[in-house]
Amino acid sequence: MMRLPRFAYRVPDSVEKAVAMKAEADPEARYVAGGTDLYPNMKRRHQRPPELIALHGIEALRGIEEDAGGGLTIGATTTLTEIAEDEGVGRDYPALAETMRLISTPILQNMGTIGGNLLLDTRCNYYDQPEGWRKSIDYCMKHEGEICWVAPASPRCWAVQSADSVPLLIAMGAEVDLVGPEGDRRVPVGALYRDDGIVYLKKQRDELLTRIHLPAPNGWRASYRKVRRRGAFDFPVLGVGAWVRLADDGTVVDARLVLGGVGSAPEAVEGAAEALSGSRLESEAVKAAAEAAWKAGRPLDNTDFTLSWRKRMIRPTVKRALGDLADERR
Amino acid sequence: MPGHEKSLPSGEAVQWRLRVNGEDAVVSAPVHKTLLEVLREDLRLTGTKHGCELGECGTCTVLVDGEPILSCLTVPAALQGREITTVEGMETADGLHPLQRAFAELGAAQCGYCTPGFLLAAMALLDGDADPDRGRIVEALGGNLCRCTGYLKIYEAVELAAARMRGEDAEPSEEVLYGGA
Amino acid sequence: MVEPDGRPDRDGAELRVVGTSLPKVDAVAKVTGRTKFADDLFLPRMLHCKMLRSTEAHAKIVSIDTSRAEAMEGVVDVLVGEDLPIPYGILPVSQDEHALCLDRVRFVGDPVAAVAAVDEETAFDAMHRIEVEYEPLEPVASVEDALDAEDPELHLYGDGHNVHKAVALEFGDVDAALSEADLVQEDVLFYEGNTHLPMEQHAALADWTPEEKLTLWTSSQTPHYVHRALAKVLEMKPAKIRVIATPNGGGFGGKSDPFNHEIVVAELARRTGRPVKIALTREEVFYCHRGRHPVLMWVKSGFRKDGSITGMHFRSFLDGGAYGSYGVATTYYTGALQTVTYPVPAYKFEGLRAFTNKPPCGPKRGHGTPQPRFALEVHLDKVAARLGLDPARMRLDHLVEPQSVTANYLKIGSMGLGRCIETVVEESGWEGKFGRLPDGRGIGLACGSYISGAGLPIYWNNMPHSGVQLKLDRGGGVTVFCGSTDIGQGSDSVLAYVVAEVLGVDPFEIEVVTADTSLTPVDLGSYSSRVTLMTGNAALQAAERARELLVKAVGEEWGVPGNRIGFGEGRVFDVEDPVRAIEFAEAVVLAEAAFGTIGTVGSYTPPKSPGRYKGAGVGPTPAYSYAAAAVEVTVDRETGETRVDEVWIAHDIGKAINPVLAIGQVEGSVYMGMGEALMEEMTYRADRGVVHRHPSLLEYKSPTTHEMCPVHTYLIEDPDPEGPFGAKEVGQGPLLPIPPAIVNAVHDAVGARIDAIPLTPERVLAALDRGAAGEEAREGPGAPPEFAWPEPVRVPPPWAGGDGRAVDDPRHIGAGGVRESAREPEGAAP
Repeated sequence: MMRLPRFAYRVPDSVEKAVAMKAEADPEARYVAGGTDLYPNMKRRHQRPPELIALHGIEALRGIEEDAGGGLTIGATTTLTEIAEDEGVGRDYPALAETMRLISTPILQNMGTIGGNLLLDTRCNYYDQPEGWRKSIDYCMKHEGEICWVAPASPRCWAVQSADSVPLLIAMGAEVDLVGPEGDRRVPVGALYRDDGIVYLKKQRDELLTRIHLPAPNGWRASYRKVRRRGAFDFPVLGVGAWVRLADDGTVVDARLVLGGVGSAPEAVEGAAEALSGSRLESEAVKAAAEAAWKAGRPLDNTDFTLSWRKRMIRPTVKRALGDLADERR
Repeated sequence: MPGHEKSLPSGEAVQWRLRVNGEDAVVSAPVHKTLLEVLREDLRLTGTKHGCELGECGTCTVLVDGEPILSCLTVPAALQGREITTVEGMETADGLHPLQRAFAELGAAQCGYCTPGFLLAAMALLDGDADPDRGRIVEALGGNLCRCTGYLKIYEAVELAAARMRGEDAEPSEEVLYGGA
Repeated sequence: MVEPDGRPDRDGAELRVVGTSLPKVDAVAKVTGRTKFADDLFLPRMLHCKMLRSTEAHAKIVSIDTSRAEAMEGVVDVLVGEDLPIPYGILPVSQDEHALCLDRVRFVGDPVAAVAAVDEETAFDAMHRIEVEYEPLEPVASVEDALDAEDPELHLYGDGHNVHKAVALEFGDVDAALSEADLVQEDVLFYEGNTHLPMEQHAALADWTPEEKLTLWTSSQTPHYVHRALAKVLEMKPAKIRVIATPNGGGFGGKSDPFNHEIVVAELARRTGRPVKIALTREEVFYCHRGRHPVLMWVKSGFRKDGSITGMHFRSFLDGGAYGSYGVATTYYTGALQTVTYPVPAYKFEGLRAFTNKPPCGPKRGHGTPQPRFALEVHLDKVAARLGLDPARMRLDHLVEPQSVTANYLKIGSMGLGRCIETVVEESGWEGKFGRLPDGRGIGLACGSYISGAGLPIYWNNMPHSGVQLKLDRGGGVTVFCGSTDIGQGSDSVLAYVVAEVLGVDPFEIEVVTADTSLTPVDLGSYSSRVTLMTGNAALQAAERARELLVKAVGEEWGVPGNRIGFGEGRVFDVEDPVRAIEFAEAVVLAEAAFGTIGTVGSYTPPKSPGRYKGAGVGPTPAYSYAAAAVEVTVDRETGETRVDEVWIAHDIGKAINPVLAIGQVEGSVYMGMGEALMEEMTYRADRGVVHRHPSLLEYKSPTTHEMCPVHTYLIEDPDPEGPFGAKEVGQGPLLPIPPAIVNAVHDAVGARIDAIPLTPERVLAALDRGAAGEEAREGPGAPPEFAWPEPVRVPPPWAGGDGRAVDDPRHIGAGGVRESAREPEGAAP
């Protein structure tokens, strides 16, 4: 049986207390919500925080409510299932509801939280392995080792951003609240990530992600397409978040495409807006956008499937994600 | 829910009060011991099985307040005051749960190792949807791996149990029991 | 009526239990979580064991320092290789394993030390304090590497440099047969290795009794072989060892070897005097492996215009991994069953198994035959296309005759493949679909055949393969004792159904005691799809003997002849006056009063096979099962992804003892075959010294509910005289047609020939790209490696006047009939 290493455990009942506990704890201490990312990593001894600050006792972190601007605010420890089943989300943000259902499995969706998904550890074939396996390759740069085996000459780690919610939420223009010892801040989801497999977050160590804000659902559509081997369990080897703002006549006035699963950080496709604006998502415009995405996505050999196939999937997957936007309910 | 503002110390046994299958259970275990381990090793409820202990198979599924979760990735500290159901809690005074009966009738349990997880995931499904179509069953059981059955007898058993739970006088079809042609 | 030999003739009698879809006798235990698997057992003072495993693929062990582990609070004992120096292995010819590596490690995961501690957490921490110094050796990563004389040898035995086994057999003149052909087809195909992945991780619990006896509970498919291995390695009398196979949480062949962890906990229990349990992690289960061998295959066959085969030359190259396991048998199996479906008048087989620094391969569902079956059925599909024949029709036109003998001396009994093909052709709507579905959709067909138990045991002996004891209690209770192991296939139930049928009692009232070497007579184990036929026959014999005693006793009491005594519904009655009846228990009382305690035995030994050449031990069986499948797929030309939409499969089972359980075996086989065809692979990284790519349930891609498609199963019943009530196997054979049918369907869908599985999107796109570039739309391996094959054992086929012996055998016809010796035939196997 794979067992957890030892840790101390605290259960604060407010955000303030949680942040204070975290600040006074060992630097390696971690917040834990659903535990579906952290606990497997701890069992494999990737991560050995001496103390966990559990978030399940903080009511304020849970739940979904409309905000004053007509958008939606989702508490960070709201489970993926709760989001998928929420009436308002289903009505106004169907792509988000569908994306929740694409994450791992229905059972893990009951446990995993949206905050946890946004902060998911980067993944790699050389890292997400048992202890003895990693020792047999002399470990890797992300933990205990010196070298990135994906690109041995590289000075950095190339572990992969693998959370399905991220490309979609960035494309949608969602924001998050971070509460830290030095105060609160609100940043776009895209500003959370750093292009490095090890230090993959711009969130400060003790900052707690408390809420996700979705923009008001007017005049835009969004979609997410995921590429993986199986219909459940698997992390994305490519994810495409697509978003367009439409004029009344159906013409695209702005667009965003974000790729997940191909780099250490989500990749916002430059030129997507340019390719799609002014179009009504006709095939030429879609092709140009897919081309721009294809240029932007640079997968390496560190997930399931070959990197060349994952690269090749960018074009058809972008086309399909944009094709989904033809559905006016989105 | 009250917070434990004081740190629960690393490695030291703590007394947990768990509500399991409608009964109170008090166990003494360190905070890092998962629900899976506590159920099997402290409460000897070995009906809950394990296939990877990393959240990659669904074998250790139990219900918490009626929702399926993985006991291998849950600690008792996060479950205080919640209702835990394991396969041992499925039977009622009337006997086997209709799902258990249907699984037995159709050979939906071959080796029987993944069965408790499937039964509980299916029980949660039927709790929320009395008449799920095949697609809904496929979706709801997508987090449980089985290597013996190819899932088909499991689907058929869930459908049979659902029909009986709706009060229908359902029996398995000739094709399910004897094959085609 | 009762025949002279006392066997009641129930021809024409209505069967009450056999043929009825009933729950398994252990179904309620399984659905309530009450079945006790090995890791569910706890004993007082039980210690927990963890094994430290090699982090080197190939290395000499320079030193092991266990002192830091031994010094830990809670650690009770530590073992290293020299504590268990005696080698073992499943086959007598390959005793090449040690419970803990002695001086060399051969793969990442090979165990080097073991700790027993008061709890698993302490054992885990202590294991990490053991320091091992290695002197690395060049790892051998592939068959090609293995054959390279520059690379170090893994073992000092075998048939050449890193060649565990090399075989060559020729039945008739294949070169002449090919020269007579209208068309010669040559193909190279590859079947990737994969693993069983039972949901239950192996576990074992050993207990040392005050009487200095050992009990081992273990999730094993073969308690008898574990018993033998323990006696050998621990140097104990078998009589002092009791092995109990707990219900297996899935086996599929992966729990058929004696394993190092079983021996380790047994020794730890002996040394500490305390119970010791080990439960492997999922990673360790991947290292136990013994799964499907990766096999590269080359086949060249001649055909006449009508699609009949003139001759076939088949070569296989097996990547065996680090130890022998069942590998000698597997090697032969990759060449054995090519002849049992379509007549092959002249046949030559050459096969080799190489040692490589990977977990050892062994028997997985279909043991060594799915790979060549895949090659053969794809090969035939190509030939049908070249000859302009419908691939279903071509197969139907050329079927092996029932009651015949093949070129390699396999004795065919009942043969229902024709009905299988006709059924799936009809039910799938083949005629309207093959070559007629829109682009991107296709239908494919393939067949297969498998053994209902190996004709020979793993170690040479003249004893039965299966034994059953039956005890009748004066209260009416019936207890069946048999060494067979229920791995989920329902073998305990088969025993109960067979006995219940004969004695007319309720199968759910029968007590079944199985898989306990102290309580039950030997059954060789749950492998080679042998259990229903062999234990079924043994149970039938024991039950008939018991019935005979009851018939005599009741007949005498009533003063009527035995042929008037009937059994049914828990009663014994006068068939001519059914009102005259007594409870079954009363009949037992009469019999016990007349004859003393009622206990009978039954046993089963398979018939002798006509093959008498070296290598003839692999392939024979009392009865071959047959299967045909039609599979419909959708292929996405843009992504290369293949989806299996629907499967129609007909399986010639002889007689289904329990149809719903048989269908379950078919559906499970379809599932597993589909997984192997589309996504499952046990592969390695060679860039970092040969490590398993992904020893996890997340990255080893086992199909989920989302990948499974509707399956229409047709049980074709043509009772085989060798089987109990006519039954043949169903647990493994239905897997065989699935991978080639899928690959053939992909060709029908998009015109691409994928000669390697798993059929990944990458492979499909590679073939389509070649097609688009004007080349052959094929993806597959190139030429196989060069190898100096041994001179073949030449055996004239039956139609060339052969007698089953090799031409250079002094006992061959013309050399004078010499009595057969009890020499161990090579390749005696599952």
